[in-house]
Amino acid sequence: MKDAPGTRDYDWWLLAILATICALGVIEIYSATHGSSLAGMHWKQVRWLAVGLVLMFALSRVDYHLILEQALILYLLSLAALLAVLLIGHTHFGAKRWIQLPAIGELIQVSELVKLVIIIVLARFFAEVRTDELDLRDLIKAGLIVGVPLVLILKQPDLGTALVLMPMVAVGAFLAGLKWQHAAVFSLAGIFLVGAVFYPPVSRRILKPYQRERITSFLHPEEDAKGSGYQLLQSKIAVGSGGFWGKGFGNGTQNQLGYIPVRYSDFIMSAWAEEQGFKGVLLALGLYMALLLRLVQNAQRAKDRAGMFLVMGVAAALGFHVLVNVAMVIGAMPVTGIPLPLMSYGGSATLFVFLAIGLVMNVRLRRFVN
Amino acid sequence: MSHWFGNDNRLPQARLAIASYIIVGMIGVLLLGFWKLQVIDSDKYAALAERNRVREIPVIAPRGRMLDRDGRVLVDNRPSFSVLLLRDDMTQVEKHLAAISEGLGIPLADLKDQLNSTKNLAKFQPIIIKSDASPADIAFIESHKSDIPVLEMIPVSRRRYLPGGFLSHAVGYVGEVSEQQIEASNGKLRPGDFAGKFGLELQYNDSLQGTDGKRRVIVNSVGKEVGHLPTQEAIPGKQIQLSIDYDLQQVAEQSLGERPGAVVALDPRNGEVLAMASHPALDPNDFAVRVSADEWKKLNEDPQKPLLNRAIQAQLAPGSVFKIVTATAMLEDHVPAESFTTFCPGYAKFFGRQYHCWVFYAKTGPKSHGATHLHEAILKSCDVFFYNVGLRLGIERLAYYASHFGIGHKTGIDLPSEEAGLMPSPQWVARVLHRKWYQGEVISVATGQGAVTTTPLQLARMIGGIASGGLFMQPHMLKDTPNVKEERFSISEHTIEEITDAMYGVVNEPGGTGGQLRLTGIEFSGKSGTAQVIGYDTRARIGKQKKFEDNAWFVGYAPRRNPEIVVSVLVQESGKHGGEAAGPVVRDIIKAYYDKKNKKTPGQYTAQTRPPESLEPQPQKPAQAGVPVPRVALKAASAAVARTVSGRER
Repeated sequence: MKDAPGTRDYDWWLLAILATICALGVIEIYSATHGSSLAGMHWKQVRWLAVGLVLMFALSRVDYHLILEQALILYLLSLAALLAVLLIGHTHFGAKRWIQLPAIGELIQVSELVKLVIIIVLARFFAEVRTDELDLRDLIKAGLIVGVPLVLILKQPDLGTALVLMPMVAVGAFLAGLKWQHAAVFSLAGIFLVGAVFYPPVSRRILKPYQRERITSFLHPEEDAKGSGYQLLQSKIAVGSGGFWGKGFGNGTQNQLGYIPVRYSDFIMSAWAEEQGFKGVLLALGLYMALLLRLVQNAQRAKDRAGMFLVMGVAAALGFHVLVNVAMVIGAMPVTGIPLPLMSYGGSATLFVFLAIGLVMNVRLRRFVN
Repeated sequence: MSHWFGNDNRLPQARLAIASYIIVGMIGVLLLGFWKLQVIDSDKYAALAERNRVREIPVIAPRGRMLDRDGRVLVDNRPSFSVLLLRDDMTQVEKHLAAISEGLGIPLADLKDQLNSTKNLAKFQPIIIKSDASPADIAFIESHKSDIPVLEMIPVSRRRYLPGGFLSHAVGYVGEVSEQQIEASNGKLRPGDFAGKFGLELQYNDSLQGTDGKRRVIVNSVGKEVGHLPTQEAIPGKQIQLSIDYDLQQVAEQSLGERPGAVVALDPRNGEVLAMASHPALDPNDFAVRVSADEWKKLNEDPQKPLLNRAIQAQLAPGSVFKIVTATAMLEDHVPAESFTTFCPGYAKFFGRQYHCWVFYAKTGPKSHGATHLHEAILKSCDVFFYNVGLRLGIERLAYYASHFGIGHKTGIDLPSEEAGLMPSPQWVARVLHRKWYQGEVISVATGQGAVTTTPLQLARMIGGIASGGLFMQPHMLKDTPNVKEERFSISEHTIEEITDAMYGVVNEPGGTGGQLRLTGIEFSGKSGTAQVIGYDTRARIGKQKKFEDNAWFVGYAPRRNPEIVVSVLVQESGKHGGEAAGPVVRDIIKAYYDKKNKKTPGQYTAQTRPPESLEPQPQKPAQAGVPVPRVALKAASAAVARTVSGRER
C-alpha cells in the first residue's frame, strides 16, 4: 500500500462548489439576522464551517477501509448515544435531541452524527453482499440495521432526521442490486405509509400531535394563517414575492420583518429566494445539482464497492436534505425540520455535512491505491 | 486488511447513471416549483407580502364647513380622537378584548357584535371602536401601548354646531354610518365613520365628506411599527356657503322664541333661503357623538316632534293666507266679477249649515264686517266674503290656481324629506276617500280650512311669487346656486296690482289684520292666517284646550311689488290670530333685513362679528377650530330684538 495521498488528489472542484454554497449561506444568514437580536450569527456559522473543514481533512486522511472495519463498534456506540439522549438529553423546542459534550461544553445533536455512522455501517453491509442481486434476507437485514436507530430517533422525536435514514438504505439497496419486484413492493409500501400519515384515523395513532398539525397545516395552510399553516404560507409569500430578480440583498420584507419562520436556518432558502429571486434560486439549486452530480462521479470512480457505497450514502443523505427542505420552502412538503445542507445555520448539521464530504474525499484520495 | 472488501471492483455503473438522472430530475422539479411561485404567481405573492408588512391607518378627511352668506362660520370642526382596533392578529384581539372592554368602558357584548359584523372586511383594515375618546380613554391607551398592541388612536375632526339648536333643522347632523350605508359605499365607509343623517349634512354629504387618506405603517411579524411609507393625504371635504344670513337667522330664532312653529325667509328674486327656523329644536352637538337606541326612540316619540323640520315638513291648513289664492282665481277668472260685494253679518248659511266668520268670535269690536268687497275682504280677512266667492268659483278652479302656485307640490328645495302638502280636488277625494266631492267642501277650502294643507316654505314661495308677478323661484339653501329653477304663471297686471295693494293694506290700512305691524319707511305687506284645528262649534262645545288652539300664520314681504324678502311664519297652537302671534316675527325679520341693508353690510347686527372669511376651501387645521361666531354677536342680536319688541307696543 502506498503512502498517504497528496493534496493534488483532493476533489478541488467539489470543494469549490462546497465553498460557494457555504458563502451563499453565510451571506443570507447575515442578511436575515444583522438587523435583529441574532446579529453576528453569520460569524458563528463561519466558525462552524472552519471546524467542519478541519474535521473534513482530518477524516479524509484516515483510510476509509479502517473506518469500515470499525463499523460494528461505531454502530453500537451510536445506539448507546441515542439511548443516552433519551435519558439525559437536553430538551429544546419540545424535543430531546441534544447532548452536552463533556470536554467543550457544546451541545451536540447526536442524530446528526448517527447519520454518518449509518452511512458507514450500510456501506460496509452492502459491500459484503457479494451477489449481483440483493435477496430478501439481505434486504431485511439492512432494514433492521437502519430500523433500530430510526425508532430511537423518532422517540426524541425527530421525524426529519429519522426520515433521512430511509433514502440511505434505499439508495444503498438500489445500488447493491435491488430486484425490481422488491423495489415495486417497497415503493407501494412507502406510498401506503405516506398515505397513512396523511389519513387522519391512522396518523392519530402513529404521529405526535405536533407532527399531525404540521401535516394538516401543509394540506390546508390557509385555514389557520396564524397557526401552523402560517410558516408555510409566509415562506411561499416570501418566495413568490421575490419574483424573478429578487428584492435585493437585505431588502426582503418577509425576511427582514421576521415573517419567515427560522429564516436563518430551516427556511434560509425562503429568505434567499425572496432577496435574490428566481435567478438566485437558479444559482443555488444549480450548485446543489453540481455538488450531487460530482458525488455520483466520485462514486463511479471509486476504487471498490465499499467506497462507492460510502459516497452514494452521502449523496443520498444530502440529496434528500435538499429535496425535502426546498420542497418545504415552496410549500410542496410539510414542515419536517430538515435543514438545507451548508446554507442553513447550525453546528451539528454543518459538521455532519463536512464529515460526510470528508468520507467522500477519503474515497477519492484512495481511488488509485493498489 | 480483511477479506470483506476483497478486490471486487465491479461497480453498478448503470444504476449510478440512473442516480444522476434522478438528481437532475429532482432539481428540475424543484426549479419548476420556484418558477410557478416566482414568475407565474409572483404578483399575487407580492401583494400578499405588501399586505403583511403594511398596516393602513385611516386618515379621516375633515368635513367641509358651512358658512353663511357673508362667510361667517355656521358649522365648524373640532379635534377629537377615535380609538382604532387593529384586527390583523385576531388571537391578540381576543386575548385583550376583556381588558379593552373594561378600560374603555365599552360593553363586551358590543365589542363582540362589532367584530362579528366586520369580519368580512379585510383583516388589515382597522375598525373604530370608540369615537370621541375621553382623556381617561387616551390615558388608558397610552399606558397600555406595549401590552395591548391592538389599540391605536387617530385624530378625527368632529362637527361643532352653533349651540342651542341654532339653524339646527336646516343644517341637520351627522351620525355613525349604518350597516346599509357601509354596504352601499363600496368600501369607502368603515364602521364608526360619520356621515350626514339629516338636513344639509345629508343633502350635501358627498361634497362635505371629502376622501379619507391612509397612513401606511410598516409592521414586523409581531405587529411592531418599524417604519412608514408615504402617507396618502386625506382630501378635506368641500366647504359650502349657504344663502342663510346669520343676522336674520338670529332674529328668527329669537323672535319665534320658545313657541313651537317655523320661520322661512326667502329672497323671492332668486329663491335663496335667508333664514329657516323650526322650534322646538335640538342641539345637534348632542348628536355628534352617538345616540343610544333608547334616546333615539324617545326623541322620535316626543309629541313635540323636535326632529321635525316644520319649515318644510309641517303640513297644516294655511287658513286665511289661502284667501290670496281664492282672490287671485276670482280676479283672473272674473268669477264672481270684481265688483262682487257681499254682506257679512258674522255668519252665513249654505246648504242648511251655518258657517261663521272669525269676526263673530272677535273679543273686541263689532261682530260683523258688514258690506264687503274684495279689497276689504282681504284686509279684514272676511270669511263670509270668501265663502261666497269659493262657492261661485268651484273646487276645480281653486285647485287649478292653488296647484299652479305650488300647493300640493314639493318646492324642490335642497333639503331631504320635504313634504308636499295637499290641495284637495274631486279627483283626490275619489282616489283617496272613495267618495264624491261635496259641493259644500269648497266653502272651507276657499278660506284655507278643510283638507288643504301647506308647509311654511310653500306659503313663502307662493306669496313671494304672486307678489313678483307670477314668477316662482325654486327655494334653495346654497348661495350662488347656478340655474335656479323658475316657474312662471301668467297673472294679469291688474290682478297683481289688486292683490298686492290689498296685502299692503293688511299692514298699512285701517282695519287691516296686520295693522299693528306697520314699519315706517318700509312697504311691509302680507297676509295673516288663523287656521282652526277644530271647528268653531266643536271648540264652543269642548272648551279651550291648548292642543286644539289655532295655528297662527303670517306671510309678509317687502316692498309691496317685486319683493326682496318674503317671510313665512307659523306659530302652532298659539290661540291667537295670525296677525298677533306670527306677524311680529315676520315684522322683526323684515325690519332686521332693512336695517342691515340701509346701513350697508355689515349692518346693525353684524357690527361686532369678525369680517367675512375667505371662501376658498382652506387646509384644515382641526386643532384650532374656534368658536365660529363670537358670543358678543349673539348678545348684540338679542338686544336688537328686544328693541324691536319694545317698539311694537301699541
